[in-house]
Amino acid sequence: MITREDVEHVAELARLELTAAEKEQFIAQLNDILTYFEKLNELDTSDVEPTSQVIPMSNVFRDDAVQPSLDRTKVLQNAPEESHFFFKVPRIIEE
Amino acid sequence: MALHALTIHELQDLLGTREVSARDLTEAFYRRIAALDDRVHAYVTLTPEQAFEQADRADHRRQMGGSSPLLGIPLAIKDVICTEGIRTTCGSKILHNFVPPYDATVIEHLTAAGVIVLGKTNMDEFAMGSSTEHSASGITHNPWDLSAIPGGSSGGSAAAVAADECAAALGSDTGGSVRQPAACCGIVGLKPTYGRVSRYGLVAFASSLDQIGPMTKDVRDAALIMNVIGGNDPRDSTSAAMPMPDFTRALTGSAKGLRLGIPREYFVGGIDSEVERAVRTAVQVLEGVGATTTEVTLPHSKYGVAAYYILAPSEASSNLARYDGVKYGYRTPQWSNLRDMYMHTRDEGFGAEVKRRIMLGTYALSAGYYEAYYQKAQQVRTLILRDFEEAFRHVDVIVAPTAPTPAFKIGEKTDDPLQMYLSDVFTVPVNLAGLPGISVPCGFNSAGLPIGLQIIGKPFDEETILRVAHAFEQHTDYHRRKPPL
Amino acid sequence: MDYEVVIGLEVHAQLSTHSKIFCGCSTTFGAPPNTQTCPVCLGMPGVLPVLNRRVVECAIKTALACHGEVAPRCRFARKNYFYPDMPKNYQISQYDEPLVVGGHIEIPTPEGMKRIRLVRIHLEEDVGKSIHGENLDDPRASYVDFNRSGVPLMEIVSQPDLSSPDEAKLYLQRLRTIVQYLEVCDGNMEEGSFRCDANVSLRPRGAREYGTKVEIKNLNSFRNVQHALEYEVIRQTKALDAGEKLLQETRLWDTTRSVTRSMRSKEFAHDYRYFPEPDLVPLATTREWVEAIRRTLPELPDTRMQRLVAEYSIPAYDAGVLTSSKALADYYEACIKRYPKPKVVSNWMMVELLRALNRDGIEVEQSRIAPENLAELLELVDDGTISSTMAKTVFDAMYETGKAAAEIVQEKELRQISDENALVTAIEQVLANNPKEVSEFRAGREKLLSFFMGQVMKATQGKANPQAVNKLLRQKLAEKET
Repeated sequence: MITREDVEHVAELARLELTAAEKEQFIAQLNDILTYFEKLNELDTSDVEPTSQVIPMSNVFRDDAVQPSLDRTKVLQNAPEESHFFFKVPRIIEE
Repeated sequence: MALHALTIHELQDLLGTREVSARDLTEAFYRRIAALDDRVHAYVTLTPEQAFEQADRADHRRQMGGSSPLLGIPLAIKDVICTEGIRTTCGSKILHNFVPPYDATVIEHLTAAGVIVLGKTNMDEFAMGSSTEHSASGITHNPWDLSAIPGGSSGGSAAAVAADECAAALGSDTGGSVRQPAACCGIVGLKPTYGRVSRYGLVAFASSLDQIGPMTKDVRDAALIMNVIGGNDPRDSTSAAMPMPDFTRALTGSAKGLRLGIPREYFVGGIDSEVERAVRTAVQVLEGVGATTTEVTLPHSKYGVAAYYILAPSEASSNLARYDGVKYGYRTPQWSNLRDMYMHTRDEGFGAEVKRRIMLGTYALSAGYYEAYYQKAQQVRTLILRDFEEAFRHVDVIVAPTAPTPAFKIGEKTDDPLQMYLSDVFTVPVNLAGLPGISVPCGFNSAGLPIGLQIIGKPFDEETILRVAHAFEQHTDYHRRKPPL
Repeated sequence: MDYEVVIGLEVHAQLSTHSKIFCGCSTTFGAPPNTQTCPVCLGMPGVLPVLNRRVVECAIKTALACHGEVAPRCRFARKNYFYPDMPKNYQISQYDEPLVVGGHIEIPTPEGMKRIRLVRIHLEEDVGKSIHGENLDDPRASYVDFNRSGVPLMEIVSQPDLSSPDEAKLYLQRLRTIVQYLEVCDGNMEEGSFRCDANVSLRPRGAREYGTKVEIKNLNSFRNVQHALEYEVIRQTKALDAGEKLLQETRLWDTTRSVTRSMRSKEFAHDYRYFPEPDLVPLATTREWVEAIRRTLPELPDTRMQRLVAEYSIPAYDAGVLTSSKALADYYEACIKRYPKPKVVSNWMMVELLRALNRDGIEVEQSRIAPENLAELLELVDDGTISSTMAKTVFDAMYETGKAAAEIVQEKELRQISDENALVTAIEQVLANNPKEVSEFRAGREKLLSFFMGQVMKATQGKANPQAVNKLLRQKLAEKET
């Protein structure tokens, strides 16, 4: 079902650098779990609306009013690396 | 009885008559924590400096004539809820040093009510787990049997309450994470209706399923906390605009005339015989005080776990994408470029269960699989919702076990994730349907481990489930039993 | 081979609301880094978005102005991908349930009005900005500022109905005019509040299938859009003529070298894994709400443009220019009211007035010449008070001083000299001073007439009536030598 390539592709999408051992383990465990999910195919849901939200609400808004922003010291206080009041990250290669 | 063993309302009586001060209480709990927590390991962070300041303020407020049901009461907060200035780790290495610059809405409400925060409790990482064995801060032990799990993911809060290391605690529940540990630890745990309590400041696991709930020594305490933490919040778009009743008014002590639904599907196969017996006995107790029972059917119950374990990890895979070493939290020391930085930070920062669910969720949402998994699960969710709607046309509440077995041994299920997931079978449908659910202790097995009774209600009808739970409690004494610590 | 050019444009317009789309931080441009952020737009753990109602209103206004269909119900969706300027590593956007579907914009081409259809308009949040390390400090780093994160964006996608780089530029200008008219966006490409990506392909003329589509990014001015598209058309033509296969790819416009170049091959696959945003509830737009907004709209630029063409018979192009701002269109119609010669007024405004305004970088509202004054100036030309050449001088003086035309003519004694006696005197003087040229003229060099004209105009400080001078000059020159 789920192959090593699938696991590698998904890990890439999720930005997880898996070790070889993790990959092996995930292939087995994910296959188990995905097999279990096949249960759902017993159900004919062709006429069923998907539920993304259990409470039937719509149109929750806020007014277009400016609120004070967070003090910059607090903004940057948890930053792993900070410089010149920016968040510093490794150089972005793509434009 | 020792101060630490009392309920909130009992403590409030003592505070009211000035027999004890908030400072006394705070001291008492920290002594209790010092005596026990190296064995139980309920807490990951203790905040005595701030707690004593809060206690003194509460005492001062009382002196000035202030009073409120939670004024001066020391609580423990699950480490998934943001507390300003207090490290909030979500049980994860990736947030090991994160100090939120803001309070969750529930914390603002509690602080305004004069509560004292003793510290932050241990949990399965990012609320993913049923045993509190998946924390970067170590394992929490069940006070009833230190070799057993306390349940999860709010295991730290449950253990803290059961061990009297706090007057009560907050937990969070996405697939059972308040109710199941409450059952494992012999305490009360309430998951409100989705939208009843604000999620602002609750670190998100699965946005359409998460709710914060009280974990307490008795039902009245749960109602008292609900009165403070519930209500519409303009900062949470999914927070309901429903009016807030005074939940304590539901505590009439009587279940007379209430119709209990017993779901036929919940009592077939896979359920521990002692659990079944305890739950059926509990039902008889309720019948004895005037409730009637009917069998109901929830035909799609057996699909709940599958639907949940597609939807929750899918939402989680997106919610956890923000943990990338850029703005806060852990950053890998080993990187040579941006891609490395992301990949290593997340691989090193997350534990195995979190990675597993991120993988599952990413897969379920990925191109080509969205209809087969995510959308399918959303459709099954609709069917489960309709099951409950239909059942509630005939009954006022639904009664069931909280978990199929009592607390299992530490390490027993960690090798088999699917086995672990299956133990959520009675709790996940309630989250999928957004309903309120409460677990109350209803017995012990032959090994002395607690068993929980789950009462499920209609949307926004916490009052009725509290009423039934309270009536049950009035006629039993399970909630008064204490672990042999 | 004769190729047909097929262009579609995707515009991201920053909405000019006071606060961001999902939080209360200010949207003001140019603040110091990370001073307009909060836990929500920083994507901190536990935060939640709440939708700014004014953002929705702006999009509805735009939909109405572009004749798009406002969906009665729509949803937000998460677009998941990793990038340092994306605080949550997902962008809240809209996917299969956008706010607006369809619509169109008329563009005033030299051949007349052309309708460009829209695919959709949807709402999304903007992302932060990063600076490359070498521009700040450490060249091995990038620096991220989240002030822009959460600023509301409206994405407007056109059908591939544009047939040339010129049309693309016209479309952008027209779209910008509309959003500026509605005051939903300030349309400033240089500041990044109005951004454009282009999709361009070629196909043999008459073919039904589309050619390979290339996406062009980093187009941050109208000029760059045009140049990039022109370059790309040439590049694709050359490639196709040489029998090469074009890659479906994304290219960047390099402003320094004036070429499009391929983006570094994507290291990361883009599977956005869209799903409905669970932290936001659906958006329902009732007819009442939409109609209430419609009632607040001014006459829409398209409607006005077409009305000017119909009522005043001016060319589409002129109507396009004159309605490029509401104030300019108001000015035009006020002027015509007093001086009902639409083409004359339109020429004066497009040539003289706009030239002066652009030179000084001001808007028509700030000009010292009121529409009535311009009308008066043109009347003075018509009734012979001043010559048409003198009118330009008077205009400049009016622009500088704000005085009325008649007053300036009076002050500077610019009245046209039409009196024949006075003119004859001047002419005779000029002829007397230039005997050599007179002989040559009489010998056949007709072109010298303009020389004499010039001399007469000089002698009269430009005030001589040119038609009268012309007539009298010819007479005098034709007279036999006495």
